Amino acid sequence: MNLFSTFRVALLALLLNKMRSFLTVLGIIIGVGSVIAMVAIGEGAKAEVQRAFDKMGTNLLVIRSGSAQTSGVRGGAGSQPTLLWTDVDAIRKETLYVTKVAPSLRQSVQILGEGKNWTTSAEGTSPEYFEIRNWTFQYGGPFNEQDVATKAKVAVLGGTVVDNLFGNPADAVGATVRINNVPYEVIGVLARKGQAATGQDADDVVMVPAGTFAAKVQGGLRQYLGGSIYVGAASADDTRRAQAEITTLLRERHKLRDDEPDDFSVSSLAEAASARQEGTETMTRLLAGIALVSLLVGGIGIMNIMLVSVTERTREIGLRMAIGARPGDIRIQFVIEAVVLASVGGLLGVALGFGVATYLSTEFGWATKIDPQIVALALGSSALVGVGFGLYPAHKASRLDPIQALRYE
Amino acid sequence: MSEPILEAVDLVKTYTMEDVEVRALRGVSLAVRPGEFVAIMGTSGSGKSTMMNILGCLDRPTSGSYKLAGKEVSKLGRGDLATVRNKVLGFVFQSFNLLARTSAQENVELPMVYAGIGGAERRERATFSLEKVGLGKRLDHTPAQLSGGQQQRVAIARAIVNRPKVILADEPTGNLDSRTSLEIMALFQELGRSGITIVLVTHEPDIAEFTSRVVMMRDGKILSDVAQAPVDARTALANFQEGDA
Ligand SMILES: Nc1ncnc2c1ncn2[C@@H]1O[C@H](COP(=O)(O)OP(=O)(O)O)[C@@H](O)[C@H]1O
Ligand SMILES: [Mg+2]
Repeated sequence: MNLFSTFRVALLALLLNKMRSFLTVLGIIIGVGSVIAMVAIGEGAKAEVQRAFDKMGTNLLVIRSGSAQTSGVRGGAGSQPTLLWTDVDAIRKETLYVTKVAPSLRQSVQILGEGKNWTTSAEGTSPEYFEIRNWTFQYGGPFNEQDVATKAKVAVLGGTVVDNLFGNPADAVGATVRINNVPYEVIGVLARKGQAATGQDADDVVMVPAGTFAAKVQGGLRQYLGGSIYVGAASADDTRRAQAEITTLLRERHKLRDDEPDDFSVSSLAEAASARQEGTETMTRLLAGIALVSLLVGGIGIMNIMLVSVTERTREIGLRMAIGARPGDIRIQFVIEAVVLASVGGLLGVALGFGVATYLSTEFGWATKIDPQIVALALGSSALVGVGFGLYPAHKASRLDPIQALRYE
Repeated sequence: MSEPILEAVDLVKTYTMEDVEVRALRGVSLAVRPGEFVAIMGTSGSGKSTMMNILGCLDRPTSGSYKLAGKEVSKLGRGDLATVRNKVLGFVFQSFNLLARTSAQENVELPMVYAGIGGAERRERATFSLEKVGLGKRLDHTPAQLSGGQQQRVAIARAIVNRPKVILADEPTGNLDSRTSLEIMALFQELGRSGITIVLVTHEPDIAEFTSRVVMMRDGKILSDVAQAPVDARTALANFQEGDA
């Protein structure tokens, strides 16, 4: 029996019982529909987040010691800083697309103020850093270039640090804090930023001039810069060009031969953002789980109705066998019927999902995005469910005894 | 004399149901030559249907041999039996067994679908078959739109469409009035004249007289096997109309 006429017979059988066929595949319709809609919303949100990240951070580059491959173990035993203090000046002076440069040295410190004690992250940097990162002040202001050069003992506090050391944030400016037992004058309090994209508390920080940090906090690394370098550019395009420029410059300065890998990495926040989006995989898995369950439920419905159909059509099966249908012909007929049923359900589900997504985006302005791959996957899985759950009823039909089947009332 | 087209030797069929053995056939031998028109008669429970099922390759005997068109088929598997049924045999049932909501044309095409014959040839041959049974103007009618006699004609068209050697009919007139029964028997006689072998089961002596040989069964055995000169069904039909008028 050829496939086309089998399909035709299957489709006709389903059309004879339109309402029943529709109710049978309702599970698949709803399952596929909701997954398509949810994925569309999820993808839309993802694109929105990406846009937000792009807005705040595409013009920012971070240069770190160590090659990109080994950056995962940075700070581990034996990792050597490769960035030089002179690299900072070189980047500022010898590049076209870099507009601002600032070192960033970080270390965990004890900070003391008004008799209270707090452990926080100290960051040594230069005034440009505040501009690169768009950080603003609640009280006071940043330190200047001179403070960096003279290793002035001045500090800018983050909101969390202020909360933990001072009763009243307004009292902080002008007060003295001790970082690792060295006294500093507080000259500014940063505006609160809340949780950083990395999930850390962005306000749990104390900023001091880079020179002061190197001398008093880190102590004696001399020409090597024990941290990273932040670079700002004018636009996203410029940032890309700056990235290439810096790479060429630093390779030259670090005297790397062509066959040697970079001993530093230049990454953009955009890259970090896309890495972060991998976190949405959990969401995707959850959706896949829901899809699987709804397809299973839909599949059981199909199996149920196929078993009913086999019973109802026992005489027909007997007749087909009597006039020459082999067991395999009967089996394929019912499998194809189940596949057609499930696929029609899948198609209607995709249509439903499209409808819901379109409604949400036009009516509520939700960002939605329909991925053709998901549509293909949904249709493929529906058909597969048809095969999987149609096999047993089909097998049952093919095992019928033609004599008994013909006599069935 | 030509070789038998059906040759059953010492057929035994035993059904086992919960330790009780029912011996439906107890050693039946029957040889039918091409072109014969055989009626199998007997009381209810005498084993007629069991015999027909085995002759029709729908069932296998518990023991004994059965050669169909010179080929031993009593030991074939389900798939091979299906192929034999499709190519060598045609079936006509008491209750017609047409697919509901399916046109006469498509019902007749069905055996060719399983023979793997292409659509165009299927349509052509189905039309030809239906014309042969006098339903050339009813191709698109569904069973619900046809009388009992017409439905049985469709079933006969379906039985002959794959050009079988043998037609097996279990009580083909059982659901028809006497006039329509005569029409069907006339059709069978016509097919018989064209060389097809026909075996039919009936319990009506009136029907059996249109055949050329009557095999009487009782308790799973053949009681008698008598050749006869068949009454012509066309003539009977003409007389029937006269008597009617
Ligand atoms: N599938 C079956 N299982 C058990 N017994 C059966 C089966 N088919 C037929 N029989 C028995 O075999 C005997 C012959 O039946 P059957 O061939 O149908 O007779 P007929 O067609 O002449 O009325 C009966 O006693 C019947 O009860
Ligand atoms: Mg019977």
